[in-house]
Amino acid sequence: MTRKSHRLPVGGHIDRSQPVSFSLDGRTYSGFAGDSLASALLGQGVQLVGRSFKYHRPRGFLAAGVEEPNGLFTVGQGGRVTPNLAGTSTALYPGLEARCQNAWPSVDFDLMAINSWAAPLLTAGFYYKTFMGPLRGSWMFYEPFIRRAAGLGQAANQADPDRYERRHAYTDVAVIGSGAAGLAAALSAAQAGARVMLIEQDWLLGGGLLSSSDSGEEQWRRQVIGQLQTLPNVELLTNTTALGLYDGNTLALVEKHDHERPDPQRGQAREVVITLHAKSIIFATGAIERPLVFANNDRPGVMLASAIGTYVNRYAVSFGERALIACNNDSAHRVALDLAATGLKVTLAEQRLELNPKSTELLKKAGVAVLTGTQVAYVLGQKSLTSARLRRITDNTELTVECDVLGMSGGWNPVVHLTSHTGIKPNYSPELDAFVPGGYASGHFGVGLINGTFGLRAAISEAAGIGRKAAMATGHSASNGAVPTLEGTDHSYSFEALPQAVAGKHGKAFLDFQNDVTTKDVDQAHDEGYVSVEHLKRYTTLGMGTDQGKTSNINAISRMAHLRDLEIPVAGTTTFRPPYTPVSLGALVGRHVKHHFRPIRRSPLHDWHAANGGAFIEAGPWLRAWYYQWAGNSAEAAYLEEMKLVRSAVGLSDVSTLGKIDVQGPDAAEFLNRVYVNGFAKLPVGKARYGVMLNDDATVLDDGTTARFSDTQFFMTTTTAQAAEVMSRLEFLLQTAWPDLKVNITSLTDQWAGMCVAGPKARAVLEAALPVTDVSDAALPHMGVREVSFNGVALRILRLSFSGELAYELYVPADCGIALWEHLLRAGQSFGIRPYGLEALASLRIEKGHAAGLELDHRTTLDDLGLGKMASKEKDFVGRELRLRDGLQDSNRWSLVGIECLEPNARLRGGAILFAASDELKGHGRGYITSVTWSVELNKYIALGLYHGGLRHVGEEIICAFPLKQETVRARIVSPIFIDASGARLHA
Amino acid sequence: MNTVLAFGPIGSNSMLRINCPHCGERDYTEFRYAGDANKARPAHGTGDLKTWHDYVFIFDNPKGPHREYWQHVFGCRQWLILERNTATNITGASQLTDTSRAS
Ligand SMILES: [Zn+2]
Repeated sequence: MTRKSHRLPVGGHIDRSQPVSFSLDGRTYSGFAGDSLASALLGQGVQLVGRSFKYHRPRGFLAAGVEEPNGLFTVGQGGRVTPNLAGTSTALYPGLEARCQNAWPSVDFDLMAINSWAAPLLTAGFYYKTFMGPLRGSWMFYEPFIRRAAGLGQAANQADPDRYERRHAYTDVAVIGSGAAGLAAALSAAQAGARVMLIEQDWLLGGGLLSSSDSGEEQWRRQVIGQLQTLPNVELLTNTTALGLYDGNTLALVEKHDHERPDPQRGQAREVVITLHAKSIIFATGAIERPLVFANNDRPGVMLASAIGTYVNRYAVSFGERALIACNNDSAHRVALDLAATGLKVTLAEQRLELNPKSTELLKKAGVAVLTGTQVAYVLGQKSLTSARLRRITDNTELTVECDVLGMSGGWNPVVHLTSHTGIKPNYSPELDAFVPGGYASGHFGVGLINGTFGLRAAISEAAGIGRKAAMATGHSASNGAVPTLEGTDHSYSFEALPQAVAGKHGKAFLDFQNDVTTKDVDQAHDEGYVSVEHLKRYTTLGMGTDQGKTSNINAISRMAHLRDLEIPVAGTTTFRPPYTPVSLGALVGRHVKHHFRPIRRSPLHDWHAANGGAFIEAGPWLRAWYYQWAGNSAEAAYLEEMKLVRSAVGLSDVSTLGKIDVQGPDAAEFLNRVYVNGFAKLPVGKARYGVMLNDDATVLDDGTTARFSDTQFFMTTTTAQAAEVMSRLEFLLQTAWPDLKVNITSLTDQWAGMCVAGPKARAVLEAALPVTDVSDAALPHMGVREVSFNGVALRILRLSFSGELAYELYVPADCGIALWEHLLRAGQSFGIRPYGLEALASLRIEKGHAAGLELDHRTTLDDLGLGKMASKEKDFVGRELRLRDGLQDSNRWSLVGIECLEPNARLRGGAILFAASDELKGHGRGYITSVTWSVELNKYIALGLYHGGLRHVGEEIICAFPLKQETVRARIVSPIFIDASGARLHA
Repeated sequence: MNTVLAFGPIGSNSMLRINCPHCGERDYTEFRYAGDANKARPAHGTGDLKTWHDYVFIFDNPKGPHREYWQHVFGCRQWLILERNTATNITGASQLTDTSRAS
């Protein structure tokens, strides 16, 4: 299929010898190397590329750069899909697959365009009124409609196969933007001897110079780039956007390689986020042209005048036969001249009454019909432009001008985004009717359009000076050459902000094209009392699209200021935040995916579990043995068998994940005495004690067992979850509060493997495994500890129990863990020993009524957990004073209770809300279930929970409500200790 | 146009780099922040409910120079007091809280 070419025969930065084939909505098109997706489509005469967000109006490209609000595409296939890419800043590459967005079934025939008829529904504040006002209930009705209509592109639903990298870079001078000012500044700084990094978001260096028809300017561009390329101290980064400016002169950059089709298999990155630490930063970020506001200013064919200049000069696109340029400043005159030079019949509608004589002469010579004091009232044409209706300001008379394309220019907005990121508010410049940087931090400089310096020669000269100054600020002041000058004189630039045409009966006049915000929306927001620009933005959704209002902000603020009869600086501007342009999640994530995102901690016994039927579960950073195949094929079935084994015979479990801290020093006992609520000063050597630590605010921080191996040496264990927190807390107390205590603490969590032998036959197993060690009740009573030798290494035996059964915790150096584990299994074979996992471990402790992580949530106190009696009255400990707060003494606080299920065919669930039997089932209830298990001893579901008033309610019937499953189950409050309340088994 | 604001000298330490007296200058992601170092913790065995209440719950929220606790968690694990300007994130001097234990 051949299409009529919409290209000029010569010129532009495209390579006509390299055709590039690509597709849009499945149809094949052809462009050239050097094209953007947008220029390639325009070069094939494709003007209609999308439908607008709310009203589904036909839209074409408004711009030629990153500010594009309309021409957004979903690009790529499968896991490589990227939505919302602006076609104007997407480099064309062979095989690029793009799809139009927000149009169903197609952009040409969009059923959702019916939205235009429903327009009154969708005006300012529609979302807020629907979801928060009296119409709130209508969400159900609107939801499918909004979901359908609000779809700006679709994200990939498969894993992204590409590779994303991150790197740090350092330089003396970073120059952001490679227009004339940026090039000159970079060269000047480099000539002074500084290391320079020039950052350009485009794939070509040159910025606005690339859109020039002037051969002298092009020659200058090539000359300066040539010089930069030969300098060893210059790094030129194209396809790289400065996303944000952060503290300490840190810039976040993203470098894109999409157009090179990187291969992840060969380690090539699709995008690289660069954290750039620069000593000086030069902002040469340029300016973005403003649209004019008139009825139907969103029709395909209506573009920014500068964009037309770019398409014609950089991409050699031809635009029909008749062009209209509407403006209020001199910059658009060049575009009129360029279009006339390509043979179009050009009309210039100038808002101003007087033009400078030089412009008038040039325009006249080129055959451009000039209408001064004239504005666009509205344009005609649906999917493409046919004509514009103009109105003379002086007498309101109207005339029609036929046109295929309309270029508009309402002035220029300096790109102040980055300089504002550090919190420096931009200043309003009345001469430009725009915001300029409100100042520069030390070491920051601006050159060119960002400062309002129009005119290439003025900008080059300014930039050459600033480049040197920035280099000197980093200690470089060599004089190796000078920045080439540009022959000739600057084009004139003057500007006059005139009241803009007001939308009339001829259609909507858009301020924000991407989010479909019209003048009417701003007027309505004003009528409803919105006075702050920040509120206006959120209420109308102005500037909240992927373009972040780059073309709309000033026009909207200007209208609001006009309605309030204020000056623009009083009305204010919105806050600029990173990123400057949209950035992919992949780039931000970088290599932090899968195991690199969350490293896994493994027990020293991990390999044994894996090789012997262990199923694993994530517990914080740990991968822990959950249950074993010998007991069943699911956790639900297996943990019950494992529990039965421990209650009836003996089991072996891996407790290596417990935090282990070595506490040594003359003051070690005193130190422990201060951090635990109960006494440790008099703990005898060879004994262990269960202890509880509080936070400063008297909530429980952690519990665990600490054993004394000598006068000055203790072995502390903490819960798995709080190990790091406890360590840091102890270090804080020792280093900041009690530096006088002679104590050293060291984490041994990774150095020791830990395992627990539990069950009535636990001692028999130990006797068989360690025949030379006396483990009789007399030699090793409950809470007794010993250090013996196993295969020539230390083996610590602590007789203590988490399950409520006779049990021993055994610790050996990590690399001997599997040897001891296998030794115990062999020795215990005749007693029926088998491994049990985390699920059984956690369930056994529920039967015994031990509070654990789910109860120790940093909100519960010692008394809430029924442990108040542990608190020593003899000594001070962390959290003691604040325990006495009235609120914590309230006897009606949530506190720990046991719960037994009263319905044989129902189950209790963690998180269920608890009500008294007589309560109405609404609100937050009287408490909730924290932990639940099937009890193999009691043959019913049992649970631990927190309940108002706690054990005062023992014996009362309650309702456990679980609204997610619409369940209500009858249960009873009981003591949390379900088995062996006397502790006979522990002391057996 | 190039107005210089009072943002400190070029290349001065920022939020992103913290000088650990023990290990040298490191990225702030190696550290853990733990609040106002000007607050005096009541000595062990002293302090009434009011004193402890104020220590635990009452915080200033200063804008400007601040002395604060940081721990070099992914390094030497020493607690240090760092001077940081909360308005600019420029960091200044740092010192170990417990010089007796620094080796
Ligand atoms: Zn350190």
